[in-house]
Amino acid sequence: MSSFLAFTIFGLVSGAAYAIAASGLVLTYSTTRVFNIAHGALGMLLSFVFWDFSVRQGMPTLLALFLVLFVVAPAIGWFLQRFVARGLGDAPVSVSLVVTVAILVATLGLAQQVWPPEARSVQPFFAGTSYEMFGFFITAHQILTIVLSLVVAVGLYVLLNRTRIGTAMRASVDNPELLKLFGGQPERVAALSWAIGTSLAALAGVLLVSTVGLDYFALLLLVINAFAAAILGRLQNLPLTFVGAMSLGLVTSYASGYLPTDGLLNSVRNVVPALFLFAVIVLMPQAQLRIGQVKGIVSAPLPSPFKALSWSGALLLGVALVAGALSEANLLLVGTAATYAIVMLSLVLLTGYGGHVSLAQITFVGVGALAYIKIDSPNLGGLLLAGLVAAGVGALVALPVIRLTGLYLALATLAFAVIMDRMIFQADFAFGFNGSLSAERLSILGYQVDSTAGYVWVMAVFFVLMGLALLVVRAGPLGRMLVALRDSPAACGTLGLDQRWFRVGLFAASAGMAGIAGALYAGLRGTVGAAEFQFFGSFTLLLLAVVFGVTSVTGAALGGVGLMMLPVLQADYPGIAGLFFVVIAVGAILLARDPNGLANQLFRLGRLLDRRFGNRIRERIPVLPVPGGSLGGMREQARAEHDANAAADHSLTTVGLGAGGGAATTSGPDQGPAENKEPAGV
Amino acid sequence: MSVPILEIVDLHAAYGRIEVLRGVNLSVPKGAVMALLGPNGAGKSTLVKVISGQKKATSGDIHLGGVHVRTGGPEELARLGLCTIPEGRSVFPNLTVEENLLLMSYAGVPAEAVLETAFAYFPRLKERRKQLAGTMSGGEQQMVAMSRALASDPALLLLDELSMGLAPLIVDELYETVGRITETGVSILCIEQFARTALKISDYAAVMSGGRVVATGEPDEILETMSDVILGGAA
Amino acid sequence: MSSLAETFAGSHRASGSHDGPLLEVDHVVVQFGGVTAVNEACFTADPGTVTGLIGPNGAGKTTCFNVISGLQKPTRGTVRFQGKDVSSTPVHRRSKRGMGRTFQRLEAFGSLSVRDNVKVAADIHRGVLKGFLPGGHGKNIDALLERVGIAAYADERADSIPTGTARLLELARCLAGDPKLLLLDEPSSGLDETETDAFGDLLRDLAAEGRAILMVEHDMDLVMAVCDVIHVLDFGSIIASGDPATIRRDPAVQKAYLGYSDEDDADAHTVTDLPAVSDDTMVIPAAREGVGS
Repeated sequence: MSSFLAFTIFGLVSGAAYAIAASGLVLTYSTTRVFNIAHGALGMLLSFVFWDFSVRQGMPTLLALFLVLFVVAPAIGWFLQRFVARGLGDAPVSVSLVVTVAILVATLGLAQQVWPPEARSVQPFFAGTSYEMFGFFITAHQILTIVLSLVVAVGLYVLLNRTRIGTAMRASVDNPELLKLFGGQPERVAALSWAIGTSLAALAGVLLVSTVGLDYFALLLLVINAFAAAILGRLQNLPLTFVGAMSLGLVTSYASGYLPTDGLLNSVRNVVPALFLFAVIVLMPQAQLRIGQVKGIVSAPLPSPFKALSWSGALLLGVALVAGALSEANLLLVGTAATYAIVMLSLVLLTGYGGHVSLAQITFVGVGALAYIKIDSPNLGGLLLAGLVAAGVGALVALPVIRLTGLYLALATLAFAVIMDRMIFQADFAFGFNGSLSAERLSILGYQVDSTAGYVWVMAVFFVLMGLALLVVRAGPLGRMLVALRDSPAACGTLGLDQRWFRVGLFAASAGMAGIAGALYAGLRGTVGAAEFQFFGSFTLLLLAVVFGVTSVTGAALGGVGLMMLPVLQADYPGIAGLFFVVIAVGAILLARDPNGLANQLFRLGRLLDRRFGNRIRERIPVLPVPGGSLGGMREQARAEHDANAAADHSLTTVGLGAGGGAATTSGPDQGPAENKEPAGV
Repeated sequence: MSVPILEIVDLHAAYGRIEVLRGVNLSVPKGAVMALLGPNGAGKSTLVKVISGQKKATSGDIHLGGVHVRTGGPEELARLGLCTIPEGRSVFPNLTVEENLLLMSYAGVPAEAVLETAFAYFPRLKERRKQLAGTMSGGEQQMVAMSRALASDPALLLLDELSMGLAPLIVDELYETVGRITETGVSILCIEQFARTALKISDYAAVMSGGRVVATGEPDEILETMSDVILGGAA
Repeated sequence: MSSLAETFAGSHRASGSHDGPLLEVDHVVVQFGGVTAVNEACFTADPGTVTGLIGPNGAGKTTCFNVISGLQKPTRGTVRFQGKDVSSTPVHRRSKRGMGRTFQRLEAFGSLSVRDNVKVAADIHRGVLKGFLPGGHGKNIDALLERVGIAAYADERADSIPTGTARLLELARCLAGDPKLLLLDEPSSGLDETETDAFGDLLRDLAAEGRAILMVEHDMDLVMAVCDVIHVLDFGSIIASGDPATIRRDPAVQKAYLGYSDEDDADAHTVTDLPAVSDDTMVIPAAREGVGS
């Protein structure tokens, strides 16, 4: 009985900390419509700052706390709102989520950069002081946590209901445009709410750090708890959010107290918050179809079949030539790049074409790898089956949230990734705790690809085939439907499209592609373990996909190489390992609003070079006599005209009369400098 | 004519490639009430959005009380003394009546004065001060919105389709209030689909069609000569 | 049950299987917070007729459309289509049964060309899985664009065309699904006079094919010229119904549109400085000859 009471108290204490974090999240979301995935990461960063002030620099605890809560945290929150998140409220979820994921990754990188991994500890407040209640001890820190959560609750209530700025905050939730007509400043209100929100994240982090430990990921994951509580409050209701946080605290505490300590149920305690989050999302009411406005997205145009095929050929030829010359270790890296490139193709389908965000793509890779190993028939059939298993799991994730859209679908994938990470992948029937499984290389039509060089080339073939398939789909009816559904779900509904099933299918297809990548990867490495499919990988994957261009196959290929290079670079330059994350995140933030990414810039550069130097290069290449135009001068003139026409054609047919102005002049991957030879050959 | 409180010169505005305002010229004299009429799609609401700073003009000039204001955002214009009551939802539905009124103090009027004025004009609001504005009838919501105009003593009051979705009796009541505001010497630009209702309280009228002001003048001459244009679309 | 209805959804001429009207809106109430947007609205739409839904801005017309097409759940009341209660049928299934609609605030697929907009609709109509098959509807699409008069824009991106054209595009998109009932929300706004006349003729043609057309429209010339029946919505309630001539004379309608009617006590609306309103200067012009006959 007394242990029950102890678990109850402990649950309420952690619930109180979750409530503080969740209320900060609700405040920022409801006033700016930006769901800050990085909320927990900010709490983590600020806990490190607190440690730095109070332990490393030896400031008095109270001073350190004051500086963190009232100077550093608000400044960070203000900065993020002002320079990163401003104007994101009206952006599609695929943009706003990418930006906050980038904030998360940048925060983590910054923390790792400034405070490299080492053992650190933060003492609880009033360490050593405790009071006896009902036969057991409750520490002063625990009492403080509960008291502070009440202070936050009352404080927020007073702020929102009794002050003008608080009233303006609620008003800007209702209608920011109207608030401007009143003379209020929604932007200032938004900055204030981010400042307060970040401060609350810091407070929650500081309160929890003495029990959770000063650990990057443990603190970062606390955001799941805050998400769950906040979503129970529909992201706007603070009292319900507090109820959610307290119930979650209790459930987590009872789970850790009463679940059996062996078997699968043992590991359930690790994922209670994620399960809670999933359950809360499933219980959300049906999303209404919103009627918006005509707003097309300028995406990378489709290359012509000829150009797509010649580039595919060039890529395969290149890989074949390079593969022969590389060492085993470097071959494995190329294979890894191919794996990532295929996973990025799955994001091109889901995010680039479909406009949805998945935070579990690496998890699907793991599912595919696991299925491939367990099916244990290393041939095309087994590969396909592994892909189907991943697709089925993807459908299972999307099904419960079939009624919801955007943000909730993404959060469901995050919860799923954490559950797989902490519970399933490490179970005995899967990879095992810290364990790994061995996989055989694929045999194709009876021929086993033993050499790593050959296998890497096969992976490149898979990438090319899947890329071409994607282009075919995009050019066909299904691709048009995908774009239509992204542009106007309401119109698709009234035209008779059951978008819920369409979305599940899209999600499953994307997961299946990631699964095939995983199966190929397992074959490449020979042994794989759970550590290779941790949820955090999906974040960097998403960011790099956006940076390199999530709307084109070229972007996926480049992104695959980029993601492969990341750990390599981090290992080569351990001193600035964290900075790489920051750089990627900043890149993603800068490019998030143009999903065509670096690939697009590359196409543009290619065209620019072509215009500048193309003719000069062509002049030096001997040209076959053109019938009816044997004089060189005439030939040049004709070619110049042809080029001018081709350029004009491009800007009209591929971009239409795009609304994007200068940014709209995109082109296919076929427009690179290498194309310069083409007229010579034709 | 005295110095115009609002002067618009060759104003253009567009949504994407579609030009909605094609060179609007309009001048509202100080202390006057001007009705802006015209069929649906003539560009009236866009003009209101541009004047109030909610939408950027592509070219042209706006002078408010002699100050050139083309670049100002809505909040700055509000602080300059422009009071806009937009069409449709012009209250914060999830705030109480009292909170809605308190937000008006951004225009520089003490909160108590706002409440006092509002309740003096509309005693019904005093009874419902704790009610959420969104749960009140459309007419009562417009009363809350009108209170802002009454309390803040604006340089220019911009009324956009005050009557939208309201029963005629309530529209009459609201326009009675507008009439009382005019007595205090406030300049008003009033966009209204009920041409006659608006003309009752106006000193001048302007007619928009196809993104331009096609006529201005005294209410009755406008009504006589322009009824086709005014009534052609929206009635 | 639904599959049976879908079997019949192939052609609008198969709709004779029940006796009542094609669409029945029965005492529908919609409340947002405390505001009643639609109040006990009752009206019908029949095959072969053009029904007009008119009323001042904010009267609840678009909300009615949202209820009929399934984008808005009514607080109370029933929507029946082909005699069957569809009040809780999802949007896409209502469309499969033969409803098509356009939007007041445009909902064209902005990233796609005009032709691809209509192609998507045709693909959806054929079924998502059949969408894998190569489409043989190229000619039909162009014929459809020709019919609504936007063939010249076929290759333009839908977010770059004028409003009026985009409205016609939405109509073409609807027609690709061969609907029995067309819900048109302010279809003519953005069209010039000649285009509006042509559009009126098109509406009559579509009705003559046996379709029911329900139209929210502000252009009174057009409404009076093409509608067989008009319902006037004010303050969420139907205040008058009848043919154009009846509606034009109805005092309640005048009051809704003008703020007062001729029959009202003049003292209550002192308009001494305004000329009296005679029937000739009435707001609603007489029906134009020729159109629609």
